[in-house]
Amino acid sequence: MITIVDYGVGNIGALENMFDFLGVDCTVSNRPEDVGNADKLLLPGVGAFDTAVNALNRQNLIPALNYAVCRRKRPILGVCLGMQLLCRGSQEGDLPGLGWIDADVRRLEVPSGSKLKVPHIGWADVRPIRETNLFPKIHSMERFYFVHSYHVCCDRPNDVAAVVDFGREICCSVSAGNIYGVQFHPEKSHRFGMRLLKAFGDL
Amino acid sequence: MRPRLIPVLLLDSSRRLVKTVRFGKRTYVGDPLNVIRLFNEKEVDEIFVLDIDATSDRRTPDLGFLRELASECFMPLAYGGGITSLEQCEQISRAGIEKIVLGTSSENKGFVSDVSKNMGSQSVVACVDVFGSGVSARCFTRSGKSPINIDLIRHCVELQEAGAGEIVLQSIDRDGTRSGYNVELIRMLASQLAVPLVALGGAGEATHLVEALKVGASAAASGSAFIFVGRLRAVLINSPDPAAIEMLIRGGS
Repeated sequence: MITIVDYGVGNIGALENMFDFLGVDCTVSNRPEDVGNADKLLLPGVGAFDTAVNALNRQNLIPALNYAVCRRKRPILGVCLGMQLLCRGSQEGDLPGLGWIDADVRRLEVPSGSKLKVPHIGWADVRPIRETNLFPKIHSMERFYFVHSYHVCCDRPNDVAAVVDFGREICCSVSAGNIYGVQFHPEKSHRFGMRLLKAFGDL
Repeated sequence: MRPRLIPVLLLDSSRRLVKTVRFGKRTYVGDPLNVIRLFNEKEVDEIFVLDIDATSDRRTPDLGFLRELASECFMPLAYGGGITSLEQCEQISRAGIEKIVLGTSSENKGFVSDVSKNMGSQSVVACVDVFGSGVSARCFTRSGKSPINIDLIRHCVELQEAGAGEIVLQSIDRDGTRSGYNVELIRMLASQLAVPLVALGGAGEATHLVEALKVGASAAASGSAFIFVGRLRAVLINSPDPAAIEMLIRGGS
């Protein structure tokens, strides 16, 4: 059973729709006791970094998340801003993130002379750089839907699971022990997203 | 980054799918859910669903329909039509539709800003309807009925500053004509905007889609280029192969 953390920030309806379609059991909760005792967690998120951290704090969810993920070692998948929240902090805000991944979140930079725009909106090919539970096949080329203005920069290359091209290669998925994150929206990425969310559901 | 191609589906008062010509004459296309399912099977990049009568009917968004739509379409979905409150935007997002298209209500930039602050700019798409070309281009709201007295570029830059994450430039006089986009207007506006510009109105074939992308549109949207109504009202879905589009963009100037 996957518990989707409902802290008021994120496109939860679309995630529920895809899990229902896949036949993966999921529940939605904003209660710290449900989150702390969850079997598996999904941390969604769209919008601004500090708004999300404040929302987690307001609902007293951070101790519950720490308990489930760091003490009980339950798998968690952060999606979009949810992946950024796994990091130490973001250029977008002043508040600290969950700090589970040794990484900073920085604004996307458009290389000079490039026609790229920020936010980065659209489909892009994702390249896994090593075999992980979310990307079991390293040579697979799957396309996913992205909407973001900030990106995760990991201290350790080993925490990076997959990259995407944005003028240069940037990290778009992390995997460190029981902690997973994707910058793109699997719930909006046709069969590619289904494959990935099913893989998380099967952990 | 792959170029985005977006089928645009128009709903009328009776929630039927229609196509319009220059915002006027309508052709009945079919049942929206059936057509949307076909596009889902084709794995299109994204879909825009616009209720073109909601504002004039003073109807609020049909959440039951939107939930049904989102429950089986696993791609980016945008909905517009009759949106007047932040609460409606939140309900639409809850249903699983992450982009809100603000047409008539985008005239009120305070409202655009409210939605953007609460839901994030990535979920706010401002749709600007334009009649004419070049310096004589005029902006309209209310399905092309009400002119608004503001310069197109200034209007779009203000929408961007208010927090719109994408801007749709819809050409009223090319709508449904299959004669090609207003390429000059797209080129001019795209160079002035930091946020992605979505071209709409006039495309009838794959080469038109490519023209818009080549002059700076981040996405090419169309009703006519993706849907044909054949004999006996058979609806044919035509989605250009993204690889072919990419080749067209890269080849030639």
